[in-house]
Amino acid sequence: MTRRPVDTGDPDRLYTITGGRSRADDAFDLVTLIVSESAPTSGMQSEHTRILDLCRHPTAVVEVAAEMRLPITVVRILLGDLLAMGRITARHPPAPRSLAALPDSALLKEVLHGLRNL
Amino acid sequence: MGSAISETPETSDLPSLRTPLSDAAETGLKIVVVGGFGVGKTTLVRSVSEIRPLNTEEVMTQAGVGVDETRQVAAKTTTTVAFDFGRISLNTRMVLYLFGAPGQERFWFLWDRLFSGTLGAVVLVDTRRMDESWYAIDRLEHHRTPFVVAVNRFDDEPDRYSLDEIRQALALPAHVPLVDCDARVRSSGKDVLITLVDHLYELAMAQEMTP
Repeated sequence: MTRRPVDTGDPDRLYTITGGRSRADDAFDLVTLIVSESAPTSGMQSEHTRILDLCRHPTAVVEVAAEMRLPITVVRILLGDLLAMGRITARHPPAPRSLAALPDSALLKEVLHGLRNL
Repeated sequence: MGSAISETPETSDLPSLRTPLSDAAETGLKIVVVGGFGVGKTTLVRSVSEIRPLNTEEVMTQAGVGVDETRQVAAKTTTTVAFDFGRISLNTRMVLYLFGAPGQERFWFLWDRLFSGTLGAVVLVDTRRMDESWYAIDRLEHHRTPFVVAVNRFDDEPDRYSLDEIRQALALPAHVPLVDCDARVRSSGKDVLITLVDHLYELAMAQEMTP
């Protein structure tokens, strides 16, 4: 595959995007689906605008990161901002009942069904 | 595959003809494909994905992460882990993400952060370099992540090992499913995923039956 450059070479730029923050909101799993709740407004940080555009349909955190060519941590920070502003909602994956617990069989059955129908 | 280190930037800034998910999509799930360099992880992801595989990175630039905790130094370390992923819409509500992840040592301390909550894992094996799979298998067992092992058969294999021989070479317990595959072929990739989810289903049923 063609590897797209991820914007990791310039820490200063990433620092600017996140306003100096490096700790991300762990509430956003890689596969948490993000949905925009409003259109971007003028004067918004360009990365926030881009996310709101991308997430007009549900879009996983990892897809947002790939599309924006930004590291996951940076995207999580930006998503945390938008969530706090009420601009997005997050559809979280099912939480495991405990560490090392298996997903329930009903869910797995649905996954199997989906795969067999591919 | 074999192109994992090609750094050719693709400068197309088109919104990559993204195929959006259904608006009803609410549940994201993940399966991780682990394996050594060039074993065909991306090929497998591509063959079953509904989107062209995308690539992203996680960068950790924090003091005292993983191994560094034991060193008692406040040195800032930066670790970058790149991975590819693809997507399969299972139905209008559920979407499965497949992650191709490197098997190398430096990757595993990010496992909890990136791949906790994964349904399970596929260890993709190249019989010419089986030793590269040992570490991955060991780590998955350590993380108690259920997995299956798929042998990506390459045409130019000098000696074709049987699955029994491979099971022995990997010291793989009898309860771990082991299958052949051709990562380039969609139906074959799909069968590997079905093998994994079947395995998970049986484990879950057994767990649910146990009071």
